[in-house]
Amino acid sequence: MAIEVKDVTKRFGDFVALDDVSINVPDGGLTALLGPSGSGKSTLLRVIAGLEEPDEGQVLISGEDSTETRVQDRNVGFVFQHYAAFKHMTVFNNIAFGLKIRGEGNGEIKERVRQLIELVHLKGFENRFPNQLSGGQRQRMALARALAVEPRVLLLDEPFGALDAKVRQELRTWLRRLHDEVHVTTIFVTHDQEEAMEVAEQIIVMNDGRIEQSGGPRDLYEHPASEFVMSFVGPAHRLGTEWVRPHDVEIRHEPNGQTIEALVDRIVHLGFEVRVELTLQDGDHFSVQLTRDQVDELELKEGQIVFVRPRQTKTFASA
Amino acid sequence: MSAASRLQRFGLRGIALFYLTALLVVPVGIIFWKTFEDGIGPPLEAITSPEGLHAFWLTILCVGIAVPLNTIFGVLTALVLVRHKFRGKAVINSLIDLPFAVSPVVIGLALILIWGQDGWFGGFLEDAGFQVIYAVPGMILATIFVSLPFVVREVMPVLQEIGTDQEQAAETLGASPRQTFWKVTLPAIRWGVAYGVVLATARALGEFGAVSVVSGKIGGQTETLPIFVENEYTNFNLAGAYAAAIVLAILALAVLFSMNMLQRRARKSEDSGDDGDETPVTTGVFVPHPIEKEA
Repeated sequence: MAIEVKDVTKRFGDFVALDDVSINVPDGGLTALLGPSGSGKSTLLRVIAGLEEPDEGQVLISGEDSTETRVQDRNVGFVFQHYAAFKHMTVFNNIAFGLKIRGEGNGEIKERVRQLIELVHLKGFENRFPNQLSGGQRQRMALARALAVEPRVLLLDEPFGALDAKVRQELRTWLRRLHDEVHVTTIFVTHDQEEAMEVAEQIIVMNDGRIEQSGGPRDLYEHPASEFVMSFVGPAHRLGTEWVRPHDVEIRHEPNGQTIEALVDRIVHLGFEVRVELTLQDGDHFSVQLTRDQVDELELKEGQIVFVRPRQTKTFASA
Repeated sequence: MSAASRLQRFGLRGIALFYLTALLVVPVGIIFWKTFEDGIGPPLEAITSPEGLHAFWLTILCVGIAVPLNTIFGVLTALVLVRHKFRGKAVINSLIDLPFAVSPVVIGLALILIWGQDGWFGGFLEDAGFQVIYAVPGMILATIFVSLPFVVREVMPVLQEIGTDQEQAAETLGASPRQTFWKVTLPAIRWGVAYGVVLATARALGEFGAVSVVSGKIGGQTETLPIFVENEYTNFNLAGAYAAAIVLAILALAVLFSMNMLQRRARKSEDSGDDGDETPVTTGVFVPHPIEKEA
């Protein structure tokens, strides 16, 4: 295991940010810490980095107990949501910072920075200052800066959170590819389940300072261990005591004994996928995901009365 | 633009200009004119007299000790007040402004109460042959007192604004607290420090009240330039007073001018999106991301 967190608790005054948290992150993997804001995911990342001291528990990096190790000696790469670029330094000097601190020779620094600049696609920007870069470029510079010191683990705190949707999407794909090239054990924090599922091999879902579940993206989606995971990882609706995914619902024109009556409020065309918004008899709103062809076949119209039947549901012991 | 709003605009400008001229430009201008009324001889003589030269160098000495001390102290205090949480922080924070609030004369008198012959420490120091009040050390203390808040007050907001992200990034890259301070924190607050130094210098140069109370005004010994001006004036040596006043004015103007330059440079680096967030690129040529091409 590259990183082991054992029974860590962290309080800020009366607020319990981490409540007896334990996680394992395998060597060379890309792991997402997923959760809503205030769930403790950033705090956990900062505890691993040494930027926060846990009140209880242990942090092991590469098998070594690092709980008492100072930040500067942990050899972790950390990337901040707002880049934390050194504004008075050029791109070159930002990336070279850690190497200079370590007293590397000038020749080696130049060569290493050159390689990193190529890796993060910033060639030609060496002498720019951070304020002359776009957000995405700054974040790639920050990533190169963190990678320069060859960290044992790379920690990314909502790295794409401050970027617009398009750049975000590009950087996700790019991060995935970068990880395949560099293979450094990576943990990134996100509140975006789609981002976590797209980029990570392992997802650790957090809520209220505790770990809800961890596993692969498909595993979490298909076998959620709690109502929280069911509703947070992918869309889900609650029907009485049962939970159902919007694509696991059948719509018919005739009742067949197992169906529930519903009114079609709105049909939203999202390209290939169509979202049918329904109101149930008890006034609950509910939406079903169909393909364009299915909608055409059913000849669905807004204002129609239809009958729905969940194909697959999940129930959880009361949470 | 309508005639009314044009009138309004020029009217406003006129009022502002008149105010500045009547209250600032005319008095300072008149000093220049008065000084050279009888040619360059008398003022030059006064300012190069032993007393005049002594006053000049004593002023430089007071500023030269007070400002660097207040700069080091100011940066440290600002760091403590912004980065640390502790009991009594609010009290210390308001104490910093004391020199702004208290009249300089009161400051001078307070120093005498502590360091004077009958003061708390003054007595045994004087027995040991070290005189504070009516001597140069007292004047330096007074100068330090009045110019203390400037660096702290200029650096604090800058520290708040830059936050701790850059410092934490430096730490994760292996920098010790000392390295982080010199390589990251100090460069990030440099304009605030510079601005504070300029303001403190201007204040220290011109200080009259507190320094004059503790100086004893002994010609050639405990006279700074502002005190020299007053002494020459009360002794009806107008040429000397004006000449010294001009030297002071030139020093102060030089300081103010450098402040203006600093403000401009600082604003320039802010304008180019130095706040580090989502601000769009405002300088440089826009180059599309390499990955945008891939996508």
